[in-house]
Amino acid sequence: MKKLLIFGLLIFIGVEILDVLSEVPFGEDRMKVSNFYLEKSPEVLKVSNVVTAIVVNFRGFDTLGEVTVLFLAAAGIGSILYRRRSVHTELNPKRTSTEASNIVQAGAKVLFPLIILLGAYIFVHGHLTPGGGFQGGAIIATGFLLMLISYRKFFVKHSGVTWIESIAGIVFVGLGLLGMVYGGTFLENFLPAGELNSLISGGIIGIIYIAVGFKVGAELTGVLDTLLNISQDEE
Amino acid sequence: MSNTLIVITIISLFFLIVAGIYAVIKKDLLQAAIATGLISLVLSILFYILQAPDVALTEAAIGIALSTIIFVLAIRNTKRFEDN
Amino acid sequence: MQDFLTYGIYGTAIFLMLLGVYAVLVKRNLIKIVIGLSILDSGLHLLFVAIGFISGGTAPIFSPMAIESANKMVDPVPQALVLTAIVIGFGVTAVALALVIRLYRHHNTINIDEIKNLKW
Repeated sequence: MKKLLIFGLLIFIGVEILDVLSEVPFGEDRMKVSNFYLEKSPEVLKVSNVVTAIVVNFRGFDTLGEVTVLFLAAAGIGSILYRRRSVHTELNPKRTSTEASNIVQAGAKVLFPLIILLGAYIFVHGHLTPGGGFQGGAIIATGFLLMLISYRKFFVKHSGVTWIESIAGIVFVGLGLLGMVYGGTFLENFLPAGELNSLISGGIIGIIYIAVGFKVGAELTGVLDTLLNISQDEE
Repeated sequence: MSNTLIVITIISLFFLIVAGIYAVIKKDLLQAAIATGLISLVLSILFYILQAPDVALTEAAIGIALSTIIFVLAIRNTKRFEDN
Repeated sequence: MQDFLTYGIYGTAIFLMLLGVYAVLVKRNLIKIVIGLSILDSGLHLLFVAIGFISGGTAPIFSPMAIESANKMVDPVPQALVLTAIVIGFGVTAVALALVIRLYRHHNTINIDEIKNLKW
């Protein structure tokens, strides 16, 4: 009876959404606001990646909120899973039940700098090629994850993560406040726009995306480190 | 879209449906988590076909790698099988 | 063909969303519920990106050769929104799984029918 009710509800929701979507044909015209963004982004901001221009400049305040939500998630996981550690030994045997093999360890050592380099490339070139701070930060976090699950003795220093994260956040908010001083509104693009399709272009957009990349990378690494270091059969 | 892309799209949509059903009905949570990762992988290909490379990169880094690993870690710290 | 593709992509996205809602409503295992939320997210992202697509369009990135190609580009606004939504979805999933682990420590079960009292 209950399942019948749920199926009825699901079919009702599905039919209603499809009914609305039949008014929106696949592959037809754009919204009006997109035309505005597509016109303004190369001419005024000199940014070739329009998605980056929207995320960092036109909707920059939204991105500040997003980064804050991610920070709150990282802090929340730390406080939810908090447990008084007895002694923080240098070897944490609970992280992996068996030691990774030599091949995995050697491969991880080779791949780790390359992954970090790829992440850094993606967030430095966020305004020219696909990618940006969020993607680059996530890729850097996967590099740290590879090292964390291959080596038992690899530790992420929590004070270092906190410092990187705080400084990146201060840079973001500070640039926003400088925009208020020089341009009139919060996160106003006050630096010269430069030339389209060169690395130094787009004013504050590149700097903000680099800060976001550091911040997201530090936060996601912190989340993974917290979840990896909780043990199974304590308590 | 060219014909090859349409064929790839149809195969991807089929994979999405199968992996979604598998992830929901499977009793072994570890296999369900891997199926969720498979959904993200196919979705990343679809985003690339739909001309959204930024979103495809994000989905590849976050959906495939990080989401799957936190599901696996949560299952390691709880129970693996779903009991009725 | 175009019609089939339209209803195929929209239909798959809506099917994934309904599958996620079904898992949240019917399943009793907490990790299964979080997996359902994740699938619901995936369907929503596919729907948004599909709405922004234009047939024959290119990615919204200006190359040095063709500056004037703006009228052939796909809609960048849904892509920016989905970019935000994926990152927030990861945060939501991580916090939900942390809460599940905490509940398991206190009740020794992740079946919501067996968790009787709501005290931690």
